[in-house]
Amino acid sequence: MEEKTYTWRDLINYGLLGSVVTLYFGMIGMLELFDERILITPFLSLGDVLLFSGVIGIVFFAVNKFASSLNEAFKVGAVVGAVSAIFPIVLSFIATSELIAEQFVIRDVFVSVTDRLVEIYNFGLEPIVGSLVLIVAFAIVGVLTALFIKTDPKIERPLLMGIVLTLGIGLFSENVTQILGNLPAGIGRSISRLLFTNKALTIVSALIIFLLTAGITYWRMRRPTTGESRGFNFSFEDISNRGLNRAQMIQLAIVAVVLLLLPWMVGSFLSQVLFNVGLFILMGLGLNIVVGYAGLLDLGYVAFFAFGAYTMGILTTATSLNPGLGLNFWTALPFAILIAVMFGIILGVPVLNMRGDYLAIVTLGFGEIIRILALSDWLAPVMGGAQGVLKIAKPVFFGVEMGSPETMYYMVLAGSLLVGFVAIRLRDSRLGRQWMAMREDEDVAEAMGINLVQTKLMAFAIGAAFSGLAGAIFSARVNNIFPHSFNLLISINALSLIIVGGIGSIPGVIIGALVLVGLPELLREFSEYRLLMYGILLIVMMLVRPEGFIPAEIYKRELRADEETETEIEAQVTSS
Amino acid sequence: MSKRLLLVVSLLVFASIILAACGGASLECTDAIGCVEVAPGEPITLAYMLTTTGATAFLGEDSLGGIEIVIADRGEFLGHEIELIGEDSLCSAEGGQTAATKVAANESVVGVIGTNCSGAATAALDTISSAGLTMCSPSNTAPALTDDGPDGTWQPGYFRAAHNDLFQGRIAADFAYDILGARSAATIHDGSPYADQLQSVFAGRFAELGGTVTFQGAVNVGDTDMRPVLTSAAADSPDVLYFPIFEPEGPFIVAQSSEIEGLEDTTLMGADGLLVASFAGNSGANAEGMFLSGPFLSGSAYDDFLAKWADQIGGVPPSGFHAFAADCTNMLLDAIEATAQVGGDGTVLVGQQAVRDAMAATSGFAGLSGNLSCTPTGDCATGEALGVFEITSAEINDGNWPPEAIWTP
Amino acid sequence: MLTRTLARLSWVDLILRVFQIIAAIVIVIGIVNVFRSNTYTSNQWATLVFAGLAQGSIYALIALGYTLVYGILLMINFAHGEVYMAGAFSTVFLAGYFSNTGFLQSSPILAIIIMIIFAAAVSTAIALLLERIAYRPLRNAPRLIPLITAIGASFTLQYTFRGLYGAEFKSYPQVPALSGTVNVIGFDVPLVQLVVFFAAVGLMIALYLYVERTKSGKAMRAVSEDKDVARLMGIDIDRVIVTTFALGGALAGAAGVFNGLFRPQGVFFFMGFFPGIKAFTAAVLGGIGNIPGAMIGGLMLGLIESLGPNSIVEGLGIPSANQLKDAIAFSVLVLILIYRPQGIFGERLAEKKA
Repeated sequence: MEEKTYTWRDLINYGLLGSVVTLYFGMIGMLELFDERILITPFLSLGDVLLFSGVIGIVFFAVNKFASSLNEAFKVGAVVGAVSAIFPIVLSFIATSELIAEQFVIRDVFVSVTDRLVEIYNFGLEPIVGSLVLIVAFAIVGVLTALFIKTDPKIERPLLMGIVLTLGIGLFSENVTQILGNLPAGIGRSISRLLFTNKALTIVSALIIFLLTAGITYWRMRRPTTGESRGFNFSFEDISNRGLNRAQMIQLAIVAVVLLLLPWMVGSFLSQVLFNVGLFILMGLGLNIVVGYAGLLDLGYVAFFAFGAYTMGILTTATSLNPGLGLNFWTALPFAILIAVMFGIILGVPVLNMRGDYLAIVTLGFGEIIRILALSDWLAPVMGGAQGVLKIAKPVFFGVEMGSPETMYYMVLAGSLLVGFVAIRLRDSRLGRQWMAMREDEDVAEAMGINLVQTKLMAFAIGAAFSGLAGAIFSARVNNIFPHSFNLLISINALSLIIVGGIGSIPGVIIGALVLVGLPELLREFSEYRLLMYGILLIVMMLVRPEGFIPAEIYKRELRADEETETEIEAQVTSS
Repeated sequence: MSKRLLLVVSLLVFASIILAACGGASLECTDAIGCVEVAPGEPITLAYMLTTTGATAFLGEDSLGGIEIVIADRGEFLGHEIELIGEDSLCSAEGGQTAATKVAANESVVGVIGTNCSGAATAALDTISSAGLTMCSPSNTAPALTDDGPDGTWQPGYFRAAHNDLFQGRIAADFAYDILGARSAATIHDGSPYADQLQSVFAGRFAELGGTVTFQGAVNVGDTDMRPVLTSAAADSPDVLYFPIFEPEGPFIVAQSSEIEGLEDTTLMGADGLLVASFAGNSGANAEGMFLSGPFLSGSAYDDFLAKWADQIGGVPPSGFHAFAADCTNMLLDAIEATAQVGGDGTVLVGQQAVRDAMAATSGFAGLSGNLSCTPTGDCATGEALGVFEITSAEINDGNWPPEAIWTP
Repeated sequence: MLTRTLARLSWVDLILRVFQIIAAIVIVIGIVNVFRSNTYTSNQWATLVFAGLAQGSIYALIALGYTLVYGILLMINFAHGEVYMAGAFSTVFLAGYFSNTGFLQSSPILAIIIMIIFAAAVSTAIALLLERIAYRPLRNAPRLIPLITAIGASFTLQYTFRGLYGAEFKSYPQVPALSGTVNVIGFDVPLVQLVVFFAAVGLMIALYLYVERTKSGKAMRAVSEDKDVARLMGIDIDRVIVTTFALGGALAGAAGVFNGLFRPQGVFFFMGFFPGIKAFTAAVLGGIGNIPGAMIGGLMLGLIESLGPNSIVEGLGIPSANQLKDAIAFSVLVLILIYRPQGIFGERLAEKKA
């Protein structure tokens, strides 16, 4: 590592940045709320983690940038850490100053600047003492972080894993309890009682988890690696294209068994979360065809979800408020998909000549128009208007009514498998190559003899079919649908997840849905900060991995912006 | 589901037998649908399912404040702390359902306050009800929720302190026709089930009384320019314009109505969605002389409540349902207090059916929102607790709140 | 092969043409019906027209932010609505303070100018922060990537401001100096609407002159034409981009204050979302990347929203016509884009788009 030069000014700038972050968490009320959530009783709350996270993050950047030796790291950590305390201290002095309070009540504007917040910044001490303590604490945390970064990876990795897992279990204690609760004969309940008191880990259990994790990681790192990668080593491509070898078959069988037993292992809430994730996988796979393969930026994808849901609802509702036909789920399902496809084509025709961002805003408009029409008094006699469609039939499968999240999980699992299979086959088909050719350059594709009209409409129609299926399943699960459920956020979420997962990539859709749909569900207890965290996650994800979690090969190459890609696609197209 | 429930119940019974054997407390669950056991030292858990994100977040914040104040007031309850856990149920069916699944999966929850939106409640009820829980809503008003007929969606365990639209819409129409002497009326809703239902009940009753409904229109949530819809409403210069909607659309209508030719002599009327401390100030001078229907919020108890709000939460409640939330919490806690068995070591056993029965038996409960008595299908505010308020310049300019109730049915 | 494609294309064209004609007939029938039944007085129509223009000028100011950024970076700054919200929401406290101290009443013009500067400063700061954190590192990434960070930034900003200022609805104080009406060609028009309209148009003209006449405006145009060539010519691309975001932010901040004067209610953390989408629509309507296009698109959208429900939909006998307001706006957008796929004025700042 080369020697890096820095000045005091650099360190102070970094410290100020850390200070801004620390102040930000307090000013938006996150610190105060998180402080009530204890991770490890009695001393560590989520608020403490958040309070120090700004310092830890900024020291991490500073040390990596400036410090080459341990001594340097020590200095950088201490200075940056101490400076990070400055704005919170300023805030607590402003908030407690009577002189300022006479002129201006800070809480009239900044609602989150409460006495409690000042207490958190001051560790409940007098302002002056508290400030000193904060400076010292931040400096210590800064030094610890710096030392941590500079330690031997052999020690660093196990420690890090231990800390992350311990805090993770503390954070997701409710979900851990739920999963344990499914163990037979109340064993799980006893275990979770041992582990947690009131959602927080006890000191003893935290220590045990930490030591176990750190120990196992250390042990595994010391073992010489055989060079063979562990874990699953087959891809979706293998399943569809090539035969599997014996080891892969076994792994596949394990995956299948786990997928089948999952809802009974994780309990009803996590099954519901998996169900929601599955719905978005369905939609993501469809949108992936439209955006990822065909390159048509569709921001109104929710429209087809709505068509599926409303068709299912209207055909199967049992109330007299709507012209329900009282069909059962399975009879109505083909109609739901068919209607979605039909509208996929109808709404596809006007946008055939539009490109890029014009397409985006027009499809966004279509999505909104559909929602507005579903809500309107005009169509209320058919679609229920503001009162929605109530009492939609639950699917009955061989005499079993699928009314619970556990059973509906299978519905969405079956749907996802089917749609995933179709998506893979389509990608590798002639049509799939036509889509990709069109995505690269419409004019060239047309010159190559690709029928743009047909190819585009096929993309819209198939995308709509997947989304319509998702809508129909959604409708059968919630049993009551209202127009407000079909808003722009669904389209945005579906688009975000395919890009975060890796655009054009089928496993990417699954990962994307798990992260962007599953994770926010698990963080429900942070209510109003959930979407804030979602937003930050989107930004950070894209900055760290712009190509997505599991990028499709073709996009990976594109990001490196080499010339081969285009010639290769053209070659593919011409050869077909 | 029922099998799982059975399993849970039998586990609970099993656990309580073991505890009884070694702990010394002899509590036995005799409840028809099961019990929730709170061990000594553990808190009694209440759950909320409110809309705390998105454009309707103010509703959730409003209700949550009401719940928190009551819990703080109650302090120690049956020898335990009360812990409030929460779910963001959004204002949507899927949000309500997911939140409900999470709440129902938590075996320590003894009761639920929520949801804000009727759509969320309709979807949540299945899960909440079959988990044996009791749920009380501070702001669901859809008639279907407490209707056990073929078109209704009522399920056992559901209660609400908010007014059924059928009551409130009717009373608003009576007031407009009888007291204001209006003979023609126009209505505007905002596409929420609440507003749509209220205006339709209002219009039905108004026509039944002999008045003419000249216009029934709607705005969209997020609209800021109300002039087009006001112009439509103004075409027949109605005596009364009834818009039972929320902030910020409500204040927009009030403020912009003065610009429209044809509305000069029209009296404005809103409902409890607008009975909010910030409403009058936000609406400005045009609000003077307009009427709002809503819970009978007055007296020293409510003033105390507002003082606690300013102290514990800060500012003023952002919507008009906090009183219902407070009443729901109190009723639910009362029902638990009345039925729970407390063991010698402090163990508390709450029978779930017993809580439901006790809630349903609530009668003459003197709440912040008036006297509440619950019907078997969960309507606790039966209309006597409604009042009509007039906005005067004291509310607009001097921040006086709540306004004076000028009429009760 | 080619003839077959052409045959199919004309088949599509035929459908679209038929669709357009039907839409035109429906619109005409609706308008004729309304005017024949004489439901509304000319005063009522005038109210709608002037309110629509004032609203439209606010859309146009926000739309300019989209158009400027799009012209330079070819990206949709999806979080621009939040930039507008930041200025409007922050200034509501300053406005309240001015009103309570009597400053707003005693010297309204100065007070409003300070408010505009303050809002513009806040919005600009947010816009620059956005550029620095969410867009600059991704300048060479595929275009969908910054769209996602923009969406993320949009959520982050909304809930940041909610955390900072709370979820309550605020309103701007009434400005006594701006209440009252002015007689314009025989109609009484609220003074505030005229002030907002002319101030907004003034700002737009100033922006237009800035881009067309000044040296840094010239640099902006050069960058939008071709970044690489512009760099070779010695133009500091980063600086141009920062200037662009700052200009867009400042206009959005000003739009926030104008909105507060024109329609004081409904100031809260979510207030930027819908205007953002509307303004984006307006920018596309006029031809995204095109400055006069954004102005005309904004004004058109304001008028369509204001007049559409009462003139077209109501004449067709559809109940609750106003509910379909946004549906009309989007339908008009679709109709226009079918006819002119690049918007009314086309794209001018930059030539080729993907």
